[in-house]
Amino acid sequence: MWAELVQTPLFGIGLTLVVYLLAQTLYRRVNSVWANPVLVAIVAIILLLKGTGVEYRDYARGGDMILFLLGPSVVALALPLYQRREEIWKRKRLILIGIFAGSLASIISACGLAWILGGSREVILSLAPKSVTTPIAISIVDKIGGIAPLTAALVVLTGCLGAVCGPEFCRRIGVTSPVSMGLAIGTSAHGIGTARMLEVNRLAGAAAGLAIGLNGLMTTFLLPILMALSGF
Amino acid sequence: MVRGLTYLLLFQLCGEIISRSLGLPIPGNVMGMGLLLFGLIVGWVDVKWIEEAAELLLSNMTLFFVPAGVGVMVYSDLIAAEWLPITVATVVSTFVVMAVTGVLAQKLETRGGDDVG
Repeated sequence: MWAELVQTPLFGIGLTLVVYLLAQTLYRRVNSVWANPVLVAIVAIILLLKGTGVEYRDYARGGDMILFLLGPSVVALALPLYQRREEIWKRKRLILIGIFAGSLASIISACGLAWILGGSREVILSLAPKSVTTPIAISIVDKIGGIAPLTAALVVLTGCLGAVCGPEFCRRIGVTSPVSMGLAIGTSAHGIGTARMLEVNRLAGAAAGLAIGLNGLMTTFLLPILMALSGF
Repeated sequence: MVRGLTYLLLFQLCGEIISRSLGLPIPGNVMGMGLLLFGLIVGWVDVKWIEEAAELLLSNMTLFFVPAGVGVMVYSDLIAAEWLPITVATVVSTFVVMAVTGVLAQKLETRGGDDVG
């Protein structure tokens, strides 16, 4: 009976929801950034699946249904952007400059460090779009010759890290305005960072949502140019 | 609620169609976000139609990333093989990007005063 149940979407959806709710409760209790519900839920589910020997593809039958909702959620980011359009439009120049600089810094720092530390060519290329939202990152990596699944994993790791440490890190380095913080975390930690920003401040969430799209676009065009310039 | 969700999915579909038929590197959902924003600004879409559904999705957005993260487990061998360059580059670069974008934007915003941008 259990083997059959595990193969229904009920398992993946049920497990994700229960673990996520427990992770949220934990987050409220311990009040530490490291208890970030997304991070805790991901780690807990991986450990549970590994521990019980359930295959990832069985989990994905339900998990993919939850993941599907990410698509319309990205479309829904138009709402905070629309509501804050005047504040965003007034700052269009600094938004474009900030995201462009971040996009450039992301490619150079990620690839440069991996190269210095002896990473293989495939790994270095897979790291290049790690701050870009998953669907754009995958299409970029397919084009330049990295490993798409590895990029998908790195994008999620980057997102979790930015969502967990981002707000505190920004405050410490003096980045306190909602727009600047939203841009910083959206450019670095794409959708996961944006989801976190929406919990903190509406305007910051709108700026972060904008950064997801613009950083994706800029990286798409910058990466081939940088590769040609560096001869990599 | 149902109407809002339908609109969001239709905009995503339009985004997919445009993005795929023109061979653009932008995914359909990001294109859909742009189209919906355009629709709201020019007044083709009333914000009331999508508000409830959009708020519901946005307030639970973090949940939708959980299955994506669990997918990492499939590539654990790959990550284990080159863990040092991967971890250092990912972690350091994440903070570098936040610092570069954040500090630059904050400086421009402060300097801009009331007349920002």
